[in-house]
Amino acid sequence: MSGYLSIRNLTVRLKGGAMILRDVSLTVRAGQVHGLVGESGAGKSMIGKAVLGTLPRALEVVSGQIILDGTDLQTLDPKERRRRIGASAALIPQDPLTALNPSKRIGPQITRRLVDILGWPKIAAEARALELLEEVHIPDPARVMRSYPHELSGGMRQRILIASAFAAEPKLIIADEPTTALDVTVQKQILRLISEMQSRHDTALLFVTHDLGVVSKVCDTLSVLYAGKVVEEANMHRFFMRPIHPYSAALLAATPTYTDPTGSLTPVPQTVIDGVEREVAEHDMRAAP
Amino acid sequence: MRDARGEVKRPIGLRLWLSGGWLALLVLAALCAPLIAPNDPLMQDLFLGRMPPFWMDGAEPGFWLGTDSLGRDVLSRILYGARLALIVALVAGTLTCLVGATLGLIAGYYRGWPDRIISRFVDIWMAFPPVLFAILLIAVLGPGLMSIIIAIVVIDWTRFARVIRAEAMTQGAMDYVASAQVAGRTRFGTMLTEILPNVLPTIVALLTLEMGVAVIVEAILSFVNLSISTDSPTWGGMIAEGRTSVHQAWWVLVFPLITLFLTVLSFSQLGEGLKDRFDPVLR
Ligand SMILES: Nc1ncnc2c1ncn2[C@@H]1O[C@H](COP(=O)(O)OP(=O)(O)OP(=O)(O)O)[C@@H](O)[C@H]1O
Ligand SMILES: [Mg+2]
Repeated sequence: MSGYLSIRNLTVRLKGGAMILRDVSLTVRAGQVHGLVGESGAGKSMIGKAVLGTLPRALEVVSGQIILDGTDLQTLDPKERRRRIGASAALIPQDPLTALNPSKRIGPQITRRLVDILGWPKIAAEARALELLEEVHIPDPARVMRSYPHELSGGMRQRILIASAFAAEPKLIIADEPTTALDVTVQKQILRLISEMQSRHDTALLFVTHDLGVVSKVCDTLSVLYAGKVVEEANMHRFFMRPIHPYSAALLAATPTYTDPTGSLTPVPQTVIDGVEREVAEHDMRAAP
Repeated sequence: MRDARGEVKRPIGLRLWLSGGWLALLVLAALCAPLIAPNDPLMQDLFLGRMPPFWMDGAEPGFWLGTDSLGRDVLSRILYGARLALIVALVAGTLTCLVGATLGLIAGYYRGWPDRIISRFVDIWMAFPPVLFAILLIAVLGPGLMSIIIAIVVIDWTRFARVIRAEAMTQGAMDYVASAQVAGRTRFGTMLTEILPNVLPTIVALLTLEMGVAVIVEAILSFVNLSISTDSPTWGGMIAEGRTSVHQAWWVLVFPLITLFLTVLSFSQLGEGLKDRFDPVLR
């Protein structure tokens, strides 16, 4: 059951308030793709942020372990934790608009990671950045290196962010809905690119999305999240054949690409929502002191 | 238009030219005042009192913009007055900016207790009526250049702190800041290398605006006779004196007033223009 990233019973809440993540456990094995699905607000991004140590300041980790490559991050001092995370994990963010510093050229934003994390000299880092940009199929990479983010299209920026995420050869990449902010036509290309890069570099990938159709294409295993609680963790095959939790089944039925490609949407039935809400409430009752 | 490196080049706008030109002229005048001023700004000659400017009947050659009731040359006094105005603008503007922007940056980026302390402080500070505050301060410190500068810094740092805090907060919430931290940057390093460059356009705009404000504040304080000792010419002092004789000699009031107006306007226009040029998104 151990993987490159193991989250064990992670509980996160708003300081002095609402639960955000309830006893979350999930495993991402080395070199594999783990999907994380759930509706908006379920807490998918917060799981990624908890792993990377970038939770908003209003939130706190109450309990649980985040084990990255065999080490519980919680036991490290902040500096060592930052170093460890930087060297082994990276993020492909949801919104390519805010993920690049608007006042810096692209080149330095990619090479910075190589210089900061691997301690490469600048010249080597620049050569590598050019290679990476070519690898993500960016035309005229030398010019792009000198451009500012606002001079590039959303799809270009997302390619750059992918290049930059893979730059320091991390063993884990967290992709937080990497295609939601993009044009439908570009989405497929980006998805294919991430998949391609993942298998070429043999990275573990935690793939956050609310689209089961996408999950079925790229993932090996997945977790379904509802209101900060994992309702099902399964391997892809089993999940699509025989989802166990009623919420999962309903979610699957609500995914047009799966049931009926012509696209009649079946909303998740209210009884199922009520059921999973009850589970969450029961969980909170048990957790309350 | 793109140059060889593929960068977009934009013509410098008329606004930047005019405001920058006026300020450059003023700096030059301030630096070279002893060389270019046609007369001694302090020399009184009661026989030459209230001479009109050069194009009017009865003008005295050599006194281009006329003389005041004590026979002092208006043009020379404006030129010398530029020295004080610019020193105050530069020193007070920069200090205000340093104090306010630093606190705002820390509050907006670090949030938490530094933010609570700084924001509370700003709120309390802003509850005082500023002009009263300034007059009180000068009364305690005694009139003089230093007192004016201190008064301006003490009153106006909150403007920087509030605006920069809000900007730093917006920038701090962006993903690029998080990824800089994931890449191993320290909080402080991230603040300097990621946040600061993005709030810089705003800082520059506020700074030039503040310089204009400093010029006005200095003029107001001179006007109410709380500034430098009265024998060094100041625009505010000239306006105050000119006001009493506006019916007999309007030029004593109008010329320093126009200079003051153009200067303050130029500072604010320069700020706006520079902001546009600095801002990578608008560039
Ligand atoms: N800075 C914050 N302060 C307080 N609560 C927050 C903050 N950020 C997120 N939350 C809360 O955490 C919960 C989970 O948010 P999260 O962003 O992880 O959802 P998500 O599953 O990623 O949704 P989406 O699909 O819309 O991205 C939400 O209920 C949200 O209200
Ligand atoms: Mg999200």
